[in-house]
Amino acid sequence: MKVLVAVKRVVDYNVKVRAKADGSDVELNNVKMAINPFCEIAVEEAVRLKEAGTVTEIVVVSVGEKACQEQIRTALALGADRGIHVEVEGRPEPLEIAKLLQGVVSKEAPQIVILGKQSIDGDNNQTGQMLGALTGMPQGTFASEIKVDGDTLNVTREVDGGLQTLALSLPAIVTTDLRLNEPRYASLPNIMKAKKKPLDVTSPAELDVEIASHITQLSVAPPPERAAGIKVDDVAQLIDKLRNEAKVIS
Amino acid sequence: MKTLVVAEHDNISLKPATLNAVAAAQVLGGDIDILVVGGDCTGAAAAAAAIPGITKVLCADNAAYSHQLAENVALLIADVASDYANILAPATTMGKNTMPRVAALLDVAQISDIISVESADTFTRPIYAGNVIATIQSSDTKKVITVRTTAFDGVAEEGGSAAIEHVDAVHDAGVSTFIGEEVAVSDRPELTAASVVISGGRGMQNGDNFKLLEGIADKLGAAIGASRAAVDAGFVPNDYQVGQTGKIVAPDLYIAVGISGAIQHLAGMKDSKVIVAINKDEDAPIFQVADYGLVADLFVALPEFEAAL
Repeated sequence: MKVLVAVKRVVDYNVKVRAKADGSDVELNNVKMAINPFCEIAVEEAVRLKEAGTVTEIVVVSVGEKACQEQIRTALALGADRGIHVEVEGRPEPLEIAKLLQGVVSKEAPQIVILGKQSIDGDNNQTGQMLGALTGMPQGTFASEIKVDGDTLNVTREVDGGLQTLALSLPAIVTTDLRLNEPRYASLPNIMKAKKKPLDVTSPAELDVEIASHITQLSVAPPPERAAGIKVDDVAQLIDKLRNEAKVIS
Repeated sequence: MKTLVVAEHDNISLKPATLNAVAAAQVLGGDIDILVVGGDCTGAAAAAAAIPGITKVLCADNAAYSHQLAENVALLIADVASDYANILAPATTMGKNTMPRVAALLDVAQISDIISVESADTFTRPIYAGNVIATIQSSDTKKVITVRTTAFDGVAEEGGSAAIEHVDAVHDAGVSTFIGEEVAVSDRPELTAASVVISGGRGMQNGDNFKLLEGIADKLGAAIGASRAAVDAGFVPNDYQVGQTGKIVAPDLYIAVGISGAIQHLAGMKDSKVIVAINKDEDAPIFQVADYGLVADLFVALPEFEAAL
């Protein structure tokens, strides 16, 4: 069984991103980039399926500028077998990324596609679901557990108020939530080996996708600041303030 | 211009998130219809019809929609979408699951998690874990939007009497089946609907210590939440998580206990009316957003707090 994992190059989660002073965009010069944390969980899950003998090949794909080959190499070092880079300039929107992934899916015919539930830059939480609509595949979003059972994929999902389990017929799409697994670190020998693994570069034209834009970012701004309050001395004073000043408890 | 709001419901009743999405639809202006998709969902449809200012309620009631599987529901929404300029849903796990699928079927973008409507085509939404607010403009003639519920005060529940129109179209993609669910049973209010929330972070040290929050929660009628750090450490389940990748809350009172205040957590709670922070590290960033900060060992302060209530 073949698995396709999509990964995205994003600003490292430790970086505190700021709006530029002129509000035109966020400041992305000289900031550390990394594989999106939810995508890392997606890679890890694919590697675990392979280690369990369920999966025979892991293909990792990334859509973006040339630099995202670094993140493909990271995924290869974590255990993916080969990479596909769909080279696109700028920041394609989720719908366009989903269309490009659809092109890759139709060439590769994976049984499972695993993506992160959202990327920590745009926070859109869309691409996996859109790929589902375009390919007609079922989706198990916000997954905390997946199990392959013949030609069915059982997915436990993190939903408001608890967990939901669905049975999806393969091929199917999974988007990862935090508790699906804890990703491993790549070992140095595996990082070296990853450099020799195959990485193909393709383009929207080769995948027969015309990139369109539906959304224009007009400006960005820092969120409104919340004024700092006061420090209270003890629990008694805290209760008094909540009762008599803020009037939020009785 | 007509707007369709996709209701959040459990077939029997409407979830309050629907009222927030209707509020966002009202800012857009024009006629508002509500779509209730479910199985044996006449209760929810009747509740939707009672919301004031609704033109009509579309009710798609079929076994294929019982568990609101995204594959089936998205096909239905895309089917009825032709009459509408805007299709809105609350940004709950249900809305997030279904609406991008709808957008792709319609070949339009989805605008996720809006926090304001600036004009018919311009919206604001948080990006980068809430570090930045982006103002964006859509060029799609049909807009598919999810609404951050805490950014819009819910409309009234009662007072309207919209007509209910049944939608007969049945879409069953036949690729997904509901197996089961584990819904956390609790006498406490739901996290996103509670007027008081008390959350624990890594400082709680383990899951057992969350019991220290329970007594206070019971006295205040509060819901219990957690930071991502506490969820990652396995103290509590993920549905407790308050933050950019968890639930967004804005209660009247938010009490953060043993939470340092990472931006990803702040993004989920900083619109609360009153914020209390209890942390032994006086430099913790949570104090920068707290109205009342108490620098104290939570294992001493929490029992005192509970006793004083």
